[in-house]
Amino acid sequence: MTFQGWTLIAVFIALVIALAKPMGLWLFALYEGRATPLHRLLGPVERGFYRLAGIDPAAEQGWRRYALHMLLFQLVLLLFTYAVLRLQAVLPMNPRALAAIGPDGAMNTAISFVTNTNWQWYSGEVAMSNLSQMLGLTIHNFLSAATGIAVAFALFRGFARQEAATVGNFWADCTRVTLYLLLPACILYALFLIASGAPQTLASSIDATTLEGVRQTIVLGPVASQEAIKMLGTNGGGFFNANSAHPFENPSALTNLVQMLSIFAIGAGLTWCFGKAVGNTRQGWAILAAMLLIFVAGVGVVYWQEAAGNPIHHALGIAGGNMEGKEVRFGIAASALFSAVTTAASCGAVNAMHDSFTALGGMIPLFNIQLGEIVVGGVGAGIYGFLLFALLAVFVAGLMVGRTPEYVGKKIEAREVKLAVLSIAVLPLCILALSSLSAVLPAGLAGPLNKGPHGFSEILYAFSSGAGNNGSAFAGLSAGTPFYNGLLSVAMWIGRFFMIVPVLAIAGSLAAKKQVTESAGSFPTTGPLWVGLLIGIVLIVGGLTFLPGLALGPIADHLAMASGPLF
Amino acid sequence: MLKDFTSAIRPALVLTALFAGLLGLAYPAALTGLAQVLFPAQANGSLIRHGDRVIGSRLIGQAFASPAYFHGRPSAAGAGYDAASSSGSNLGPTSRALAERIAGDVAAARSESALPVPADLVTASASGLDPHVTPQAALHQVARVAAVRGLPEARLRDLIAQRTETPLLGFLGERRVNVLALNLALDGLGGNPAR
Repeated sequence: MTFQGWTLIAVFIALVIALAKPMGLWLFALYEGRATPLHRLLGPVERGFYRLAGIDPAAEQGWRRYALHMLLFQLVLLLFTYAVLRLQAVLPMNPRALAAIGPDGAMNTAISFVTNTNWQWYSGEVAMSNLSQMLGLTIHNFLSAATGIAVAFALFRGFARQEAATVGNFWADCTRVTLYLLLPACILYALFLIASGAPQTLASSIDATTLEGVRQTIVLGPVASQEAIKMLGTNGGGFFNANSAHPFENPSALTNLVQMLSIFAIGAGLTWCFGKAVGNTRQGWAILAAMLLIFVAGVGVVYWQEAAGNPIHHALGIAGGNMEGKEVRFGIAASALFSAVTTAASCGAVNAMHDSFTALGGMIPLFNIQLGEIVVGGVGAGIYGFLLFALLAVFVAGLMVGRTPEYVGKKIEAREVKLAVLSIAVLPLCILALSSLSAVLPAGLAGPLNKGPHGFSEILYAFSSGAGNNGSAFAGLSAGTPFYNGLLSVAMWIGRFFMIVPVLAIAGSLAAKKQVTESAGSFPTTGPLWVGLLIGIVLIVGGLTFLPGLALGPIADHLAMASGPLF
Repeated sequence: MLKDFTSAIRPALVLTALFAGLLGLAYPAALTGLAQVLFPAQANGSLIRHGDRVIGSRLIGQAFASPAYFHGRPSAAGAGYDAASSSGSNLGPTSRALAERIAGDVAAARSESALPVPADLVTASASGLDPHVTPQAALHQVARVAAVRGLPEARLRDLIAQRTETPLLGFLGERRVNVLALNLALDGLGGNPAR
C-alpha cells in the first residue's frame, strides 16, 4: 500500500461527499416536479411525450397502480430488446455481419438490461452490432436507472406524505429523471470521455498493420455514448468484453476517477434528497455516513490484500502486489477502489478482473453484492434497499426498549416490517438456492474455468451478481449456456422486482399514515448510535447468511493460497 | 385492477417507441456528429498512421515478438492483443495454469536480465490490450534490445526515461511507458533495423 494509493481513496471519498448535496438538490427538484433551468429547453419534449403517450403527469397514482404501470413498461421494454437482438442479422448497421443472438441469450440479455443488472454472458465486441448496442442496450441503461430513481421517489413520498392514498405518477417520474438529469449529464460526460480517447463513431472496426507487420482488427463504435450512461446509471454493461478495463472505455487514470465518481454520484445525491424530502437533511447525512463507513472498511481490505499479493506467485520469483488481471495505467490502488465502488453500488462495470484478485481481495466485491448493494448502491435501488434496513434497525431498537418503532415521523408497524423482511430475504434465498443447484448439477459444474474452491466462488459470484442486479462477474465462468442463461434470468428478475414491489407497497402503507411528532421517547435516527446500529443490522442481517458460502469459496481459497496447493 | 392495467398499455408502448428514438438513435447519433467535429482523432480510435498505413492505436497495445522491440505484457485477448476480442485470463489465485504460465515467463525474463522481474511483465492485463508497461518492465528488456539493435544501453535507458508518463497531479495513475510509442521512437534511433 502506498501514500499515493491512500491519497486517491481519500480524494475519492471527499469528492463523493462534496457531490451529495448539489446532486441531491437537483434530484429534489425532480422529486417535487419543480422546474429546473433545463425545462425551458426540454420542456416541449417532455410535454410532447406526454401528449403522444396519453399521460397526465399530474394524475397521482396509488402504489398498486404505480407498480403495475412500472411493471408493464418493463415488460414492453424487455420484448423490444429481445426483438432487436433476435433480428440483429437482418437489421442495419451490422457491417461485420454478426449473427442473431439465440433465444436464451437474447432473453437473458433483455432481462439483464431491463433489471439494471447488465450481466453479460457474451463479449460485446464479438456478439453485438452497433445498432444492438445503441437501440437494444443503451436505452435500458437510461430507463432502468430512471425506474430505480422513480421507485425511490415513491418511497420518499411514502415517508413525507400524511394520510395520502397516492405515491406519485410513475410516467412523470421516469420521464423527468431521464430528460432533465440522465440525458443532459450523459451528453457532457460522453464528450469528456471522447476528448480523453473513447471512440464515438458509427464505424464498426478498422484494420491496422502493426509495427511487426501483423494485421490487427480494432473494433470501434459508439462507445462513449454508451459508456457515460453505463456508469452514471450504475448499469455496468460494457461495450467491450473487458468493460472499463478496455482502453477505449476507460482510457486514463483521470477517466477512471470520473467513472468511479459517476457510479456513486446519483446514489449519494439520493441520500441527501431523502433527508430533504422528509424535512431533515441530517437523516440523509446519517445514511450516507453509515454507507461510507462500510465502504471504507471494504476498500481497505481489498487494497491491503491486492497490495500484499499472492504468496504462490511470490514463490515463483515476482515481488509485490497482484497485477494479474489489472491494467498498468490504473495499478493496484485504483483497481482495488474501483472493485469496491462497482460492487457497493450495483454497477458491475470492472476495470480489473475480479476473478484474478487474491482470495480475500475478491471476496469483498462478492460480499458487497451479497449485502444487497446498499452501500450508496445502484441509482434508486441503493437508497430504497438501505431504507429497508433502516426499518429493520428501528424495529430492532423498538424491541429492545419496548416501544412502537418510528422512523422519520412514521410509526413502523407489522405490515412494513413484514414487507421489508420479505424483500430482504428474497436475495439470500435466490443466491443460495441457485448456487447450490449449480454446484451439484452437471450443467452447472461445466461452467467454472477455475478448479477447486475458486470454481465454487465463480458460481456463487454469478448468482450473487445476478440476484443483486450487479452484473460484474468472476468472468472465468462460461455463462453463455441455456442452463446459466435461464437460471440467471430468474435470479435477475426476482432480485429486481421482488424487491421493488414490496418497496412500493411499503411506500403506499407509509403514505396512508399520520405523522407522529418526535418525543423524548423516540429513538433518534441521526446520531452516531443510529449509524452504528444501522451498520450492525446491515452486517448481521445482510451478511451473516452468506458466511457458510463464503467459507466454502473465497475463505477456503485464501487458506489454499497461503499453504500452497494448486488446482 | 383491470383498468389500472389497460390504462398503462398506451403509455408503455408509445414511451418505448419515443425513448428508443431519443436514447437509442438520436442521442448516440448526435454525439457521434459532435465528436467527429470536435474530437475527430479520439472519436475514431486515436489511430497512428504512417502515410496511408494505419500502424495501430495509441490506446491499444499490440503484440511484439521480435527481440528488437520492447514487449508488452502477456495478453489473454484472443491469440494475444486481439483488439476484436478483449479479455483477461480470469485465472484465480490458486490456479495451476496461472502459476505455470508465470513460472515460464519468469524464467524467460531471467534469461534476459539479472534485474528483479517486475510483476507486470509476467502477468496478463485485464483487457489483454494494455498499451503500457511499468518503466521497470521496459528497463528489464534494455540489454536484449540494445544487443540486437547494436545501440548503447544508456541510450535506451534515456529513451525510456523520456517516454515515462507520471501520475497526474501526483496521485492519478501509475508511472508507465506506452510500448507502441516507445518502439516507434526506438525505430527512429537508428541502429540495426528490426526486420
